[in-house]
Amino acid sequence: MLDYKPNMVLSQKEYQVIGTRPRRHDALDKVTGFARYSADIHLPGMLHARILRSPYAHARIKAIDTSKAQTLPGVKAVLTGKDFPKLEARIADTGEGGPANVIFLSNNCMAQDKVVYRGHAIAAVAATDPVIAEEALSLIKVDYEVLPPVLDGREAIKDGAPILHESLSPGRPRPADQKPTNIANRIEFKLGDLEEGFKQADIVVEHETHTKAVHQGYIEPQSATVMWGKDNNLTIWSSSQGQFMVRDQTASILDMPVSRIKAIPMEIGGGFGGKLLVYLEPVAALLSKKTGGLPVKVTINRTEVFEGTGPTSGTHIKVKLGATKEGRLVAAEAHLLYEAGGFPGSPVGGGARCMMAGYDIPNAYIEGLDVVINLPRSAAYRAPGSPASAFAMETAIDELCRKLNMDPLEFRLLNAAKEGTRQVTGPVFSKIGFLETLQAAKDHPHTHAKLSGPYRGRGIASGYWPNASGPASACASVNSDGTISLVEGSPDIGGTRTTAAMHVAEVLGLPVEKVKPTVGDTDSIGFTSLTGGSGVTYKTGIACYEAAQDVKRQLIQRASTIWNVQPGDVEYLKDGSLQHKSDPNLRMTFAQLAGRLNNTGGPIVGRGTVNPRQNGNAFATHVVDLEVDPDTGKVTILRYTALQDAGKAIHPTYVEGQMQGGAVQGIGWALNEEYFYNNEGRMMNASFLDYRMPTSLDMPMIDTVIVEVENPGHPFGVRGVGEVPIVPPMAAINNALYDAIGVRLNELPMTPAKVLAALKAAQSTNGHRNGRR
Amino acid sequence: MAIGMAAGNKMAQVWLYASLRQYTNGKTHLQVPGATVRELVQGLVEQHPPLEEALVYEGDLMPGIAVVVDGVTSNLGMLEPVEENSEVHFLPAIGGGSAF
Repeated sequence: MLDYKPNMVLSQKEYQVIGTRPRRHDALDKVTGFARYSADIHLPGMLHARILRSPYAHARIKAIDTSKAQTLPGVKAVLTGKDFPKLEARIADTGEGGPANVIFLSNNCMAQDKVVYRGHAIAAVAATDPVIAEEALSLIKVDYEVLPPVLDGREAIKDGAPILHESLSPGRPRPADQKPTNIANRIEFKLGDLEEGFKQADIVVEHETHTKAVHQGYIEPQSATVMWGKDNNLTIWSSSQGQFMVRDQTASILDMPVSRIKAIPMEIGGGFGGKLLVYLEPVAALLSKKTGGLPVKVTINRTEVFEGTGPTSGTHIKVKLGATKEGRLVAAEAHLLYEAGGFPGSPVGGGARCMMAGYDIPNAYIEGLDVVINLPRSAAYRAPGSPASAFAMETAIDELCRKLNMDPLEFRLLNAAKEGTRQVTGPVFSKIGFLETLQAAKDHPHTHAKLSGPYRGRGIASGYWPNASGPASACASVNSDGTISLVEGSPDIGGTRTTAAMHVAEVLGLPVEKVKPTVGDTDSIGFTSLTGGSGVTYKTGIACYEAAQDVKRQLIQRASTIWNVQPGDVEYLKDGSLQHKSDPNLRMTFAQLAGRLNNTGGPIVGRGTVNPRQNGNAFATHVVDLEVDPDTGKVTILRYTALQDAGKAIHPTYVEGQMQGGAVQGIGWALNEEYFYNNEGRMMNASFLDYRMPTSLDMPMIDTVIVEVENPGHPFGVRGVGEVPIVPPMAAINNALYDAIGVRLNELPMTPAKVLAALKAAQSTNGHRNGRR
Repeated sequence: MAIGMAAGNKMAQVWLYASLRQYTNGKTHLQVPGATVRELVQGLVEQHPPLEEALVYEGDLMPGIAVVVDGVTSNLGMLEPVEENSEVHFLPAIGGGSAF
């Protein structure tokens, strides 16, 4: 029984535009092929570049001979790591990717003295033709001293393991007697008295999980075109999750002022966190410089995407939970090891901060390690860090519920964090909607539907993501035909161009079609932090809201000038018209006033520049039914329901799309996807043929329930929605699998081979066929 | 200006996540005077000098360290005002890599 009354269940506020489902502004271009992505750039005199990559996972570069490549007809420039500026160690903030040493960022674009993963860039060639560039690569001779690789984080932290970088330290300040280590960072959280907490526990479960590196699965490979101008200014056309991120990282790596770089954001064919780091822009820039300023385009293929850019981390997690016989969590302990790849920067911070956030636990300890190994440097992937730690935590909770013989939803309702709960990491939650998503799950027909038949099971799991914010800018110009040209700074991945326009339309009482949104380049709009952290509709939405309010204020001022009255006598009506408060004859529509601006004082441009900080926390709960084929081990998802607190859904279709997309990616992560390496660190499935992502044929319809517990930090109540839906699926499916076959798998992906082996082992030992409660 | 003077003797409760407690003799919470996060950090560093390298970078808050004041993640960093009896947390970034 709940001893807490939900702070709010569903938003009841009425809006004109917010909460509707208009067609997205870029729909026609996208479905007709007119949208321009970075690989679509073609410039006069443009050269094509190709990159030589390391065949070894760990090696010292003794020498590189490019002389033959340079003499091949058609070759205009050859680049190696020695052409990159020598940088001082300095920290760059990569947003969701966390802080990074600019030397590591540079070395990840092109190796200097050492390669730390197979696929690491060694050299690049720009030529008049991509085939010539490819041929030139084969003429480059690299003399390697091959070193033993370390491919597993658990091995990498052992004494005697091959060391990737001599300079790492798990803590700051670096102890003077620090031995070389592969542990790049160690974080800890403690709350209460762990030992005492476990003494209070009647039931204790211990659990260990392992996950592999998985790819974000964006369809569009990275591509960049760069021109080094005669004035030493750079122009970059590329596909990324932030044109300002591209500008700033490129400036850091090339050791030049940001003002000399103009980054133009092209349409983006997916990112999911994987396009928060630059790989190609500095390479193309230096090649362009070597040619005297010819534009250079470099586009990588799918194998290069897999081998040369960042997946998410593989992880190894131990968790121990204790609860009273009434089902109260009283103690929790977790040890997380996240594999960062060749350079520091795994999302272990996210994993550690999110793992226990959903629960009120008085005594807890979390340790997280960021460990480098000889695989590609990890990058952010949707809710970075949280899915793997949720996989450990939520499956352990399921174990606990089985030992308690307690319904998993009732257990979560009893222990769920709510407003006022102190997180294990320290801060106290403000208004959140976890209880409401749980209650919605409890009330949903799926939860009550009968699931019968052998080898079928149902599982639930929840997830948390704190969401992020950051600086954002928007500029709204009133056009004479009664429309608004809106320029904002967030590359549009999930339809955010339209949600930005909806903020403006709502404030000004206009149809959303009257607001034309554009994502500006770095010289056309104020700084805007990257598209990540589920923050765009929140932060850029607020910037657009403020820009529209600015327009509204100026329109009222202008009407008062025209009517020769005080601004305080003019009101702006919900239908977008202006009128005198006491004289109904003085009235103008938005369009009428817009047509008179130039002759009554000049243009009106609204500005919004913000860095809002109450971005709201996101919770989700997923329910899944599945069936196991006892002959093959194949798992079929029968039914799937995702429930999530969205704060306020600006465009419900896009929110539902995020929920469904997150669930599908999570299902792929749970059942199929993994970077599969041989003992030498070579990826054996570096194509979409062998890296098996789910298709529409693998999926049932994902049912969605949007719960709206408004975020008080946004004018319409928005919380970020894009990331949290990938957090619960792996645990939900694992719990359902246990329900179906009575065996707990502790490693992802839960492939048919693993499921079949587990099923046979269980049948041979205890005859279990079904773990249903 | 001396620490504490600008604060008018305001005392905030600072929570340090466990990794930082090695520099504070294991103390989990500290009462520190200050009207801004900068003054709190100065006060912390005066008491426990090794914290400077963990919390401060080029005069500002270390990239990758978030400061949460009364449950809200700050966007002002060192400039964030602190009320009397505020609860202030320093937390690691979502991205977990060390910069060095």
